[in-house]
Amino acid sequence: MTVLAKSETSAEPRPPGPRRRRLRTAPLVLAAPFALLLTGTVLIPIGYALYLSLFTERLTGLGFAGPEDVFVWLANYAEVLGDPAFRTSLVNVGLYALIHVPLMLGAALVLALLLDGAVLRLRQMWSLMVFLPYAVPGVIAGLIWSYLFSPGIGPLNDVLPWNPLGADGVLPSIVVMATWQWMGYNMIIFYTALQTVPRDVLEAARVDGAGPIRTALSIKTPMIRPTIFVALVFTVIGSLQLFTEPLVLSSFTNSVTSTWTPSLYVYESAFISNDYGKAAAASLVLAVASAILSALVMRLSTRRSR
Amino acid sequence: MTTTRQTSRWTSRGAVHALLLLAALYSVLPLVWLFTSATKNVGDFSTTSAFELGEWNLAGNLRDLFTEEGGIFLDWARNSLLYAGAGALLGALICTACGYAIARLDFPGRRLLFAVTLAGVLVPTTALALPLYLLATELRIVDTFWAVFIPLLTNPFGVYLARAYAEAAVPNELLEAARIDGAGELRTFVTVALPLLRPGVVTILLFQFVGIWNNFFLPLVMLTDPKLFPVTLGLFQWSSRVSQFPHYNPLVITGSLLAVVPLVLAFIVLQRQWRSGLAAGSVK
Repeated sequence: MTVLAKSETSAEPRPPGPRRRRLRTAPLVLAAPFALLLTGTVLIPIGYALYLSLFTERLTGLGFAGPEDVFVWLANYAEVLGDPAFRTSLVNVGLYALIHVPLMLGAALVLALLLDGAVLRLRQMWSLMVFLPYAVPGVIAGLIWSYLFSPGIGPLNDVLPWNPLGADGVLPSIVVMATWQWMGYNMIIFYTALQTVPRDVLEAARVDGAGPIRTALSIKTPMIRPTIFVALVFTVIGSLQLFTEPLVLSSFTNSVTSTWTPSLYVYESAFISNDYGKAAAASLVLAVASAILSALVMRLSTRRSR
Repeated sequence: MTTTRQTSRWTSRGAVHALLLLAALYSVLPLVWLFTSATKNVGDFSTTSAFELGEWNLAGNLRDLFTEEGGIFLDWARNSLLYAGAGALLGALICTACGYAIARLDFPGRRLLFAVTLAGVLVPTTALALPLYLLATELRIVDTFWAVFIPLLTNPFGVYLARAYAEAAVPNELLEAARIDGAGELRTFVTVALPLLRPGVVTILLFQFVGIWNNFFLPLVMLTDPKLFPVTLGLFQWSSRVSQFPHYNPLVITGSLLAVVPLVLAFIVLQRQWRSGLAAGSVK
């Protein structure tokens, strides 16, 4: 904060002269590579997808001339939004997010509060163990859990109250995988945020007679609310683009269809049905949906913290 | 630290330890399973129970892994290292330079660049992969190294972090002093700012490395030539065959173990670096 305030004032008196020229080339050299990457790999592709989403391939005449791109306005969007398979995929990720987000962030917060509050030996080791799954790539996490869920190979098929590879069971199974991957990562983020809570505030609470649980819930948690909301935004966006885990699981069970999540739907329409217009439209619907969702969460967070 | 001696049932040490133990078992047991399974041959894999050690066959599995399809696993490992290693190194440098410029230099379009960067953080990668593929098709670079490598360099979150680090760690007074001493802006960046930003750079590098190592959708979409696959895509391709050909099971599992071990070790060794880096990134 103080650094920021100083920078505003010290930037004012700028000696004129040859340094002006240097100031013009230096930002170019430093910022241009990223600006170019951002343009080339984010902005232009999105623009191109927007363009493609307005066209569809049709065979003209008797089909001798080959397929032709026809401008169809928003027909691709109408097709995607009207497709029951796409709507089912949205329901699937919606349900998944409804279970995964509170479960994972809740567990991460409880663990972080425990690490911060309780007098513990081996604090480092506990947190490292819970963090380790983050180092496992999504594909490999998917493979490990698929095996653990498989009848005859993994122990979980007999232990779990649901059939982990059955039609109704894959959703909780994917929640178990994803929670495994992200719980420790978010726990570390919450824990580091908790350590910035001023110790005199906690001391005051203790003097006032607040127990550890009361302190954790009414003082520590509200103080790290901004951090919790950032984690919430990233988890919600991540949930919406669920792809790897269900794809890997689909080699082990038929319960995961090829359009089980919106991302799988995009993949299926682009690379299996070869309908680029529809796939581009679905991609953009997905991007807009996550933008709206993250804006909503952001709005919620600023209102709450006021 | 404060030790309130309120021994209610739930705050007692026993309950705390039980919860932590549960979380640790949930986190670590699947990795233990990966290790025990990598030591079994095809027969033991389906007949012994999950955590039981069968006949020790790790060496045999490794031999099979490295000789399958003419040793293609080594190609995959090299590709992964190249994508993730070179990509993270170059990407982190590009991000840091840009984040520093946004934080500490005045140039036209600076606010716009930061706003677009923030928007870029929120664009889901799976929504981007298809447009990228279509564009790469137009440019005729699909199924090449560059089609995967170049998009992975773009890390808007890295720029966001670098800007936060630069605002916290590089005081303007120091930059002014360097300027008065006659150092150019680029030289000031390299000799004054970069050393101060080092912990931030290491964090961005580590997380970009993990991000690229874990990225699956982009290579899946862009690549058809197995020689260009990263480890994750190669193992995925093998895993889609296991239901027909059980002999792929030990290959997939041993390969997974080999793909996980270096990252786990890196996180253990670099603990202090990423912990402090995460702290700076999350508090901002």
